[in-house]
Amino acid sequence: MSADTQGQQHPLSLYFKVWGLLFVLSAMSYMVDYLQFQGLLRWGLILVFMFLKAGLILSIFMHFAWEPITLRVALLVPTLAIPIFIAFMAIEGNYTLSSRLNFLAG
Amino acid sequence: MTDMNSAPKGYWQNMVVDWSADKEAFKVNWGKVMMWVFLVSDTFIFSLFLIGYMNVRISASEAWPLTSEVFALVVGGEHIPLLLIAIMTFILITSSGTMAMAVNTAYQGNKHATFWLMITTAVLGASFVGMQAYEWTKLIVEEGIRPWGNPLGAAQFGSTFFMITGFHGLHVTGGVIYLTIVAIKVRLGHYDKKGFQIVEITGLYWHFVDLVWVFIFAFFYLW
Repeated sequence: MSADTQGQQHPLSLYFKVWGLLFVLSAMSYMVDYLQFQGLLRWGLILVFMFLKAGLILSIFMHFAWEPITLRVALLVPTLAIPIFIAFMAIEGNYTLSSRLNFLAG
Repeated sequence: MTDMNSAPKGYWQNMVVDWSADKEAFKVNWGKVMMWVFLVSDTFIFSLFLIGYMNVRISASEAWPLTSEVFALVVGGEHIPLLLIAIMTFILITSSGTMAMAVNTAYQGNKHATFWLMITTAVLGASFVGMQAYEWTKLIVEEGIRPWGNPLGAAQFGSTFFMITGFHGLHVTGGVIYLTIVAIKVRLGHYDKKGFQIVEITGLYWHFVDLVWVFIFAFFYLW
């Protein structure tokens, strides 16, 4: 039997575990703000919890972990353009800020 | 079971075989592939919004409004930061859980449970949109936040906020309608012969909406 006819079937207990984990991770990312962590600790924790949550939703709830490698590669490779664009726009943003501070201040 | 999910030999060879076999490359339900392709394109749209937000926030010479304060709620005299956003986050996660269960019951042929789980998911999604409407109203009426400026700091805050959360809210609204239609069709028996892959496909869309919210929550509200 192929995935074509059967679809993705996984035990409910797995979903419940992931569900619980997502609740805990959300509560923890909320606590980052509630406890007013600042600086690198804040950004680091926000990113860690974000990627863990996103990974759980994508791999388990969206069944990405069980899809054929061909589909996974086809879907993931295009998204590699995103971090490159993030880097470009971060550089550009910092340049705009420095220009504003140099020429518009006072 | 001879597909590559279970084959430990030639993990990458399988991909080469799939691409070069001069036949369909993706051996999964075509509707599911189409949904995934749509979701990848949607990923780019949301990425562009968030990257645009990052760019204007970096380049803003004025201070960015403190989201922790802007989105605080006063409950019984207590000032609780980001409370409404936290509740919205938990609602969306809960709805993701009921959706995952609906996919499970659909493949077991339990149409009754599938219908009610999908309707529960849709109702949770609708309540999310309701809270977002409340949040927007509060920000526009009480805080005076506009797309072109606001009294709290950098003018770009309003335009990025309305654009990002508005586009996400539109997705949730669309998802609620989509879920309701599929749930009713499940109940009417429209998929009895075709199979219940449609529930899994609808689920993909719904989980994606939750996935996007994870990034918006981290970058817009917490950062």
